[in-house]
Amino acid sequence: MSTLVMITLTDPGEGLTEAEILDIKVGVGDTVAINDPVIEVETAKSAVELPSHIAGRVTRVLVAVGDEVQVGAPLIEVDTDADGASPAPAPAPAPADAAPAPDPSAEELAAQAQEATGETAAPVDAAPSAASTAPAESTAPAESAAPAESAAPAAEDEQPKNLVGYGARHSSARRRRRAAAQEGEDQQVPIDRILAKPPVRKLARDLGIALADVFATGPGGTVTREDVLAAQQRAIGDEMPGDGDYFPDESPQAPASLHGTMKSATSQSMNQQSFSGVTSDDRTTRVPIRSVRKRTAEAMVSSAFTAPHVTVFNEVDMTATMDLVRSLRASREWADVKISPLAIVAKALLVAIRRNPEVNASWDESAQEIVYKHFVNLGIAAATPRGLIVPNIKDAHLLTLKELAEGINDLAKTARSGSTPLSATRNGTITVTNFGVFGIDSGTPILNPGESVILGMGAVKQKPWAVDGKIEIREVTQLALSFDHRLIDGALGSELLRDVSAVLEQPQLGLVWG
Amino acid sequence: MSVFRTTIPEHADDEPLIQLVAPDGTRTPHEELDAAVAHLTGEDLRRYYRDMVMIRAADLEATSLQRQGQLGLWASALGQEAAQIGAGHAARTQDYLVPTYREHGIAWARGIEPWRLLDVWRGIAHGSYDPYELRTHPYMLVLGAQVPQAVGYAMGLQRDGLVGTGDLESDTAVLTLFGDGSSSEGEVSEGFTFAASFQAPTVFFTQNNQWAISVPTTVQSRVPLAQRSRGWGIPSVRIDGNDVLAVYGAVRLALDAAREGEGPSYIEAVTYRMAAHTTSDDPTRYRARAEEEEWAAKDPIDRLRRYLETQDEIDEEFIGHCEEEGHDLAMALHHEIHAMADPDPIEIFSHVYADPHPLVEAERAEFERYRSQFEDAGDQADAGSAADSAAADSTAAEEGRR
Repeated sequence: MSTLVMITLTDPGEGLTEAEILDIKVGVGDTVAINDPVIEVETAKSAVELPSHIAGRVTRVLVAVGDEVQVGAPLIEVDTDADGASPAPAPAPAPADAAPAPDPSAEELAAQAQEATGETAAPVDAAPSAASTAPAESTAPAESAAPAESAAPAAEDEQPKNLVGYGARHSSARRRRRAAAQEGEDQQVPIDRILAKPPVRKLARDLGIALADVFATGPGGTVTREDVLAAQQRAIGDEMPGDGDYFPDESPQAPASLHGTMKSATSQSMNQQSFSGVTSDDRTTRVPIRSVRKRTAEAMVSSAFTAPHVTVFNEVDMTATMDLVRSLRASREWADVKISPLAIVAKALLVAIRRNPEVNASWDESAQEIVYKHFVNLGIAAATPRGLIVPNIKDAHLLTLKELAEGINDLAKTARSGSTPLSATRNGTITVTNFGVFGIDSGTPILNPGESVILGMGAVKQKPWAVDGKIEIREVTQLALSFDHRLIDGALGSELLRDVSAVLEQPQLGLVWG
Repeated sequence: MSVFRTTIPEHADDEPLIQLVAPDGTRTPHEELDAAVAHLTGEDLRRYYRDMVMIRAADLEATSLQRQGQLGLWASALGQEAAQIGAGHAARTQDYLVPTYREHGIAWARGIEPWRLLDVWRGIAHGSYDPYELRTHPYMLVLGAQVPQAVGYAMGLQRDGLVGTGDLESDTAVLTLFGDGSSSEGEVSEGFTFAASFQAPTVFFTQNNQWAISVPTTVQSRVPLAQRSRGWGIPSVRIDGNDVLAVYGAVRLALDAAREGEGPSYIEAVTYRMAAHTTSDDPTRYRARAEEEEWAAKDPIDRLRRYLETQDEIDEEFIGHCEEEGHDLAMALHHEIHAMADPDPIEIFSHVYADPHPLVEAERAEFERYRSQFEDAGDQADAGSAADSAAADSTAAEEGRR
């Protein structure tokens, strides 16, 4: 005679619906007493041991360690009336009276088990009528139960241990180990394990940042506000180009560690950040062409091979301009604005454009028109850690020198921090590029697509210079002006460069022409 | 009442911790408290020992029952047995006790059987002991909310002339219990204010079990909790809450002073919540194993046993017998819980107002109409339960009329 009772997953917290099986403490054939821990589960709230509500011999274990099971799912089947397993089962013996209605839950339970564990549960024992002694138990008066129980010596021997669901020492130790292993091996921490203060969580939510993607630097591995903001900067790259910011992904250039790889062939210390698509062997690293590199390449190819470039050069005595820069730096009005020769060059270009407005134009191939612009959006080519970008200062022709200098400073700062919005790189009309910052004298700049003029400025260097028949040390730079020869003739381009040069050599001409 | 202080030492560390029995069972004399416990016999102390063993067994069983799906929730008092059994027995029969939801030892000492507590945690009743008969308020679930109510009750006792008549057997005081977490609730401060102003016969009793769920007491208060009431002029003492003798002595002194018209006092009983806050949380996530082990060495039951052993007042047979009784109690609860019948939903209308109320009556009638729809379509089983509920309705209605 056997009386089979199922131990199911109860809701061990308040309103929980599922749990993970951490440990199974009994095997088929084991004898269990009431309150013996049979299984340990972990829920969203805690890890708990589930004590048996019945005494008997285990006949089936329906789950495995690691299974996610739903509340109500069958876990362990116990025969409360097995020979020798339970000398005196607690409640009245087998409920032979009015055999309980065929237990409708048996098949359901099996189905649930299958569903919950993804395994095929063993077919339910063909004794559904015996599936539950609960009715008998529930009607048993307490008094009759107690003596029956005391006749079960096995149960009494182990009585003091593990009555508290949470508190078994070994279980807690194991849980800690488990958590530690998780942290060490797997950066993809489950979302509910990520530590972050509620305002930080809200910030992440508002910004659309998944906390799991954030590299935590706070105390105890917590995610801080700064971490979220940094992740946002990185995540900006995931947006489609078009709106949003300029940099479509994190690593437009080769991984930062590429240099290290060249220096030491054995170096495997690639940056922790993984670069999707990057492949390496011993001697080469292949990086997908993306982002700024791709844009730069496309722009250069389209520009160089559609607009016939002409570059004219001129060497300029910058001494008066440099004197102006120095005096402005010393003046109180400019105390909080950094003034550089580039700003004067830009201003000189704007003055020259005013005298030669035809250069501020673009070639519209599809409409077969030349578009003359009544505004100057002055592009400033900027080398950033992520590559070349050319944001422009809108309506630069309306700005004072000081506003222009501020605009250049802002553009450079924004570009270096990687937060240049895409809109800042659109609708440029004329560009200035300062290859002088690299310490070289000159070059042949390539037009920014859609523009017709680009002015390159070399390094300002002290050189011997003929002044009134004598050689003097002067501050000199080379200017290189490239233009689209389709719409700008050599004479016009040369006149533009000559005017720029004149303003730089005699800044007071800015008053006359500006 | 010199042990109850009204001044605050300059350094918080100088606040004494009153203890009569050390963890190893050593007895420390204390003139004032010794007088308050002098009448306790060996038999009394053995009884307290048994009480603590029994309530711990019931507590552990309730936790198991929750794990087995028989209770929705359980707040364990594991480790706080001495504080509760000591305070519960120090109260005189006529005193009114106002507990929180973790006062299973208080309930036991007041004669409330554990299964009368379980129905609330099973979600089938709002409380099933008679608070008037047992002079014990129903468990308060809202943190700190019972404190102004208890003070109000004490002020009522003053107006009923039940305070300061000189008869210790009829003069009455109120023992209000709340935890360290609740002590930060505004209600406690309000209770202090009224009790102090009216010198209401109230003893405030905090079991500082060190943890307000996951918040340690040190985060909630920069000074020992006992010092908090002194700003109100309410004398207070900090005692070892795992020392049943110290608890008994302090509570007995305070309640007798209150009943004699000497006003309120406050007791902080330093103890430890050895289990989780409730079955829904996992203390290993916020406190160290070392701390739990430190407190395990201060276990209140072991301490009383050691003390009784030094007094030659306890033997293995008695200890073994208590354990058997505890086990039997646990098994009895185990089976009792299955016998608990679900209440008829109509009962929800029965205990809203003491007197009949037209709105409640209308709602009851509406619910009955609603339920009758299902009876019409039902099978025989439904008809049976309909008859049951009709009977329940009539008794409930009768109760309502009463």
